[in-house]
Amino acid sequence: MSSTGGKQKLTMQKSIIFIILLIGSLMYLMPFLWLVRSSLMSTGQIFKMPLEWIPKPFKWDNYPQALTAMPFARYFLNTVLIVVLVEVGTLLTAPMAAFAFSRLRWRGRDTIFFVLLTSLMIPYAVTLIPTFILWTKLGAINTYLPLTVPAWFGGSAYYIFLLRQFFAGLPIEYDEAAYLDGASPWQVLWKIVIPLSKPAMITVAVFTFLGVWGDLMGPIIYLNDASKYTLAVGLTIFRGAYSTKWNLLMAASTVIMVPPIVLYFLGQRYFEQGITMGGIK
Amino acid sequence: MRKQGRELRRHERKWGILLALPGILGYFLWVLGPTVVAVFMSFTDWSLASSPNWIGQQNYANLFNDFIFKKSLFVTFYYAIGSVVATLVVSFFWALMLNVELPGRSLFRTFFFIPSITPAVAVAMVWLTLYHPQFGLLNHILKSIGLPALQWIYDEKQVIPAFIVMSTWTIGYTITIFLAGLQGIPEYLYEAAMLDGATWWHKLRHVTIPMITPTIFFNLLMGIIGALQGGFTQAYIMTSGGPNYASMFYTYYIFLTAFQYGKMGYACALSVIMFIITIFLTVLVFRTSRYWVHYEAM
Repeated sequence: MSSTGGKQKLTMQKSIIFIILLIGSLMYLMPFLWLVRSSLMSTGQIFKMPLEWIPKPFKWDNYPQALTAMPFARYFLNTVLIVVLVEVGTLLTAPMAAFAFSRLRWRGRDTIFFVLLTSLMIPYAVTLIPTFILWTKLGAINTYLPLTVPAWFGGSAYYIFLLRQFFAGLPIEYDEAAYLDGASPWQVLWKIVIPLSKPAMITVAVFTFLGVWGDLMGPIIYLNDASKYTLAVGLTIFRGAYSTKWNLLMAASTVIMVPPIVLYFLGQRYFEQGITMGGIK
Repeated sequence: MRKQGRELRRHERKWGILLALPGILGYFLWVLGPTVVAVFMSFTDWSLASSPNWIGQQNYANLFNDFIFKKSLFVTFYYAIGSVVATLVVSFFWALMLNVELPGRSLFRTFFFIPSITPAVAVAMVWLTLYHPQFGLLNHILKSIGLPALQWIYDEKQVIPAFIVMSTWTIGYTITIFLAGLQGIPEYLYEAAMLDGATWWHKLRHVTIPMITPTIFFNLLMGIIGALQGGFTQAYIMTSGGPNYASMFYTYYIFLTAFQYGKMGYACALSVIMFIITIFLTVLVFRTSRYWVHYEAM
């Protein structure tokens, strides 16, 4: 009797939570619905009172119109170029450091790792100005060097930390067996450790992508020529020029969101596992 | 065998340093070096146009008369406290809900996560229109339930609360970390509580919250460090630091000082102050953690 009562209470509780989650999801998705709806309307319909949700008619040509209003194709290629350079640098050098800090034993290892971690506490605003001056002195302003070269030095301490945590959890016997077979640490890293670390590598790759794709400060500071701008900067300038054309603005904003969302869905399985690695321990 | 072991050791040292080298060099080139230079340059009148002269603590003395500096410090603290508290509470709530086994749970998680992978520039664009006093969605909703419309980011008093609300939209990472923490709580603790006849509130208060304090600690620390540096994109795109400096986030003020006004030395002094505040708060959080973080839960 009491057990069925308990069960009923449980299903009751679960139904309430389900409804709360339904409402919550709607709240969190609402800005996206608003965005897409606005991107398919005429400005007349957007500013109509009372509020309308369904575009009438669907103005699909807002998209080509928005994307050709500025050289967005160019900005897209620029951004992709930076993303590729940063990804390669990060995914090459961050695992190298993480491997050295987790699976090789050498004197001073843990001290150096701890020192590296202190960089997580340093606000980027502190290093920003001297770094800018350095690139100015090197004559690299208005090139992609300031935006890509730093990634070839271990990516960021956070990525090294994340990968190290993951690497440390793999059985060391794999490495030892490979060393006995005459493998070098370099081979162990790329042939044994990396293939076993898919979630961690994908997480770092996605984080890196999101960081570059959405970066505004870097391109604003370092790039002068409009032909070199990235999508994030392009969208900002577009907003300045078309501030009242909400439909075009929303169409362009939608487009810039699509690649990260697609990437998220592709890597979701690994990604959620990867985020929590940084949080535990 | 032993010889082989020693051989391996020597190899390990050589390889260890070699493989870590890019990371270590990067630390000196992009972190330690610039930080030392920033501290040094904060004592100069460095500008882009001229070579720097040593002016002692003049920049720091000038801070006391800088109205915008004080304002931006206030604005940033206001935002940091508000957004850290709001973000923690809201994401903990959703993590609790999402931790219940329900049909469609992974889909729900996705919905809560997606805002967090949206580029900050696009987020700013969307919220710019959501917050529009006349045509924005939020005022449409307020009016439809009989509440007065707000000015949101266009009002001195409402702009920071508006940004705090906005910060609770991008909490996917925090929720995910909370969820991992919740899943790490051993089931037997709840079973034991159940045998004692605990209500859901007792379980939350005496099992869940104590057990999740290490996760709260992590999210709190990350939240504080992030929020102190936050607001640049919002200020740059949505408000230009206004109205009347009411959203002059600290990072945005550093950006303006350095790259619009070209006062590099002064901007360095500003950034050093930010650095000191960050260290102070980090140490404070660590120090107080032993009073409220249950490490046996880790």
